[in-house]
Amino acid sequence: MPQNSQEILLMLPHVVIGVGIVISLLIEMYSKKSETILPWISLFVFVFAGVHSIINISANQILFGGMLEVGGKPAIFNFIFNIGAALLILNSIDYIKKYESNHGEYYILIQSAILGMMVMAGSKDIFMIFIGLELMSIAFYVLAGINKKKSSSNEAALKYFLLGAFATGFIVYGIALIYGVSSTTSVDSIIQNFSTFTQNILFIVGLLLFIIGFSFKIAAFPFHMWVPDVYQGSATTVTGLMSTTGKTAAFSVLLIILSASLINYNIDIFAPYFAVIATLSMLYGSIVAIAQKNLKRMLAYSSISHAGYMAIGLAAANSEAFSGIIFYLAAYTFMNIGAFGIISIIEKQNDANTDLTAYAGLASKSPILAAFMSLFMFALAGIPPLAGFFGKYYVFISAIEADLTWLAVVGVFSSVISVYFYLRLVVYMYFKESEKDIDLHIDKYSLLSVVVSGILVIYFGISPDSLLNLILSVVN
Amino acid sequence: MQVPIEYYLILSAFMFSVGVAGVLIRRNAIIILMSIELMLNSANLALITFSSFMGNSIGQIFAFFVMTVAAAEAAIGLAIVIAIFRNKLTVNIDQINLFKW
Amino acid sequence: MLTEFGKIFIFILVAILFTIIAIYAAKLIRPSRPTKEKLDVYECGENIEGTPWVKFNIRFYVVALIFLIFDVEVVLLFPWALTYQDYGIYGFLVGIIFLVVLGLGMAYEWRKGDLEWARPTPKKVDVKFEKKNLLQTNSQINVESEN
Repeated sequence: MPQNSQEILLMLPHVVIGVGIVISLLIEMYSKKSETILPWISLFVFVFAGVHSIINISANQILFGGMLEVGGKPAIFNFIFNIGAALLILNSIDYIKKYESNHGEYYILIQSAILGMMVMAGSKDIFMIFIGLELMSIAFYVLAGINKKKSSSNEAALKYFLLGAFATGFIVYGIALIYGVSSTTSVDSIIQNFSTFTQNILFIVGLLLFIIGFSFKIAAFPFHMWVPDVYQGSATTVTGLMSTTGKTAAFSVLLIILSASLINYNIDIFAPYFAVIATLSMLYGSIVAIAQKNLKRMLAYSSISHAGYMAIGLAAANSEAFSGIIFYLAAYTFMNIGAFGIISIIEKQNDANTDLTAYAGLASKSPILAAFMSLFMFALAGIPPLAGFFGKYYVFISAIEADLTWLAVVGVFSSVISVYFYLRLVVYMYFKESEKDIDLHIDKYSLLSVVVSGILVIYFGISPDSLLNLILSVVN
Repeated sequence: MQVPIEYYLILSAFMFSVGVAGVLIRRNAIIILMSIELMLNSANLALITFSSFMGNSIGQIFAFFVMTVAAAEAAIGLAIVIAIFRNKLTVNIDQINLFKW
Repeated sequence: MLTEFGKIFIFILVAILFTIIAIYAAKLIRPSRPTKEKLDVYECGENIEGTPWVKFNIRFYVVALIFLIFDVEVVLLFPWALTYQDYGIYGFLVGIIFLVVLGLGMAYEWRKGDLEWARPTPKKVDVKFEKKNLLQTNSQINVESEN
């Protein structure tokens, strides 16, 4: 229960998105032109929530009787979720018409998913983690199958649903065991007594099930099988949202476990698990991506390998890793959203033009798109003056400090492999003649979204300190 | 005389394993959905057991939430299965293979 | 020392064993001479037509899905109804917000026409064409009845 006006002010982002969902639903019910009004409402809601979170970042408070944290670490995540979603909404306005599912529900579901993520990032209670996760996942299941007449979309939704719900089963059983040992659901009191609980085998099993469930959600290697199909089959904008903000939300929960081992020194029982997952994901993602001809599928495998790089930080389990992962997530979100934004511009009806060959000679047809696509590819590959490089750099540094130099070496090796398939696209765009005639229609809002993501990627690359200091100020 | 807590936990672990095996072995989407529900219900059993043996009610409240969320998930899942059945006239996941798994 | 559950367990065991022994004893003793007529589903001579796996109309599923959601959400209302008085106006408002959101979902379904029992809309057909069609079907029926 909110005690004073200060608390109400702090929970405004959640409230605004919640009210936004209700208003959007009413508009969808009673307006014939809901699909032209709703993008702007959701855009307003997301920009407001994102800006509000980043302004009130220093006002760290726990609301609802120890349930929800606002300000501080969740504020950074809220910023990533909301700005990422706002950029994707700009892309969707044009794209969703091409995808032949121009319904107002699309925007309502995106708002629900973002609300779920914000609840996950700010949760101080295992209850809230579960509720937020389900709010996000259920919205994503529907978003993946938003075009119900299309077989590829159906199939993506089914696969995502089956494996997502399977992972949920693991998470809920893990939560049950954790609760059984600790007899509380408050994250803080579990973290405080972490060292005594870890002597109980049931607690370890519960935590392991919980982590396995979230390994599904972050798309790490042995639990990655849904990723390529779902990313290829869903609408490109939805894929952009799933691969960036969805992954960030899952990592925000895994960071809670990391903070548990940070507070209780020398208890990182799961470091070997994360080290194995990180190694396998990085290598598998980078190597298999080389064989892909479809760009969405290629970025899906790249997403697996990026999950591996971030898991290095979880294995290192020190405070550098903590801020490094958050930086990496922010950088990854904006460069991936930019890349998917460009794919959504070039894609045509019936999944046409998502192959590499469609990008041949793009530089002569649209120099600006080609330039931005190369920028995002360089950033994803981790080439120095861009945001992606510093994300990898901080994570590798944390691994070296934790005496896991071999993990950092594997990471660098896998980055070198991944340069091949990222730069192959650049080569296609600049040095190949276009085989088929593709008429480009560049929507101005989509272009705006791509430009904003590009500027953010360059800005985080040129002055990484600005973001890193912000993260460090809330982590400590 | 009270039934010891281990019995409940073993039953719930057994249910969970049956659910996991069902998801991994069965090929019918509806039966996979039922197996997932079995997993969630085994978690509910564990939650309620812990809750009643420790004498705090958090676990039971959590079980309520798991139930409602499971219902929402089942509804979404069935809706997706119906959509796919309309297009492909099958719910066998081996035949839903537009992309390779 | 047996508990109440133990007695029930022994009852269950006896029941299962009795059934199995009875069935197998009968199988050992009785003669087995199957014929085609005996193996038919309807021994009285009715022939089987088609499978019993009839496909239900898809609209049953929609109603079932809606029922599933709204039925289970009521679970959250029971604990609320028992305790909301302890929390004053705030406890009341929380429940009301929940109900309003549920009602909104209901209104949404109603508005989108998922609660209506969708009948196949009669197609507007060219009158002449329809007449010709009717004639055809009539003649077909005649032919069939003659046969």
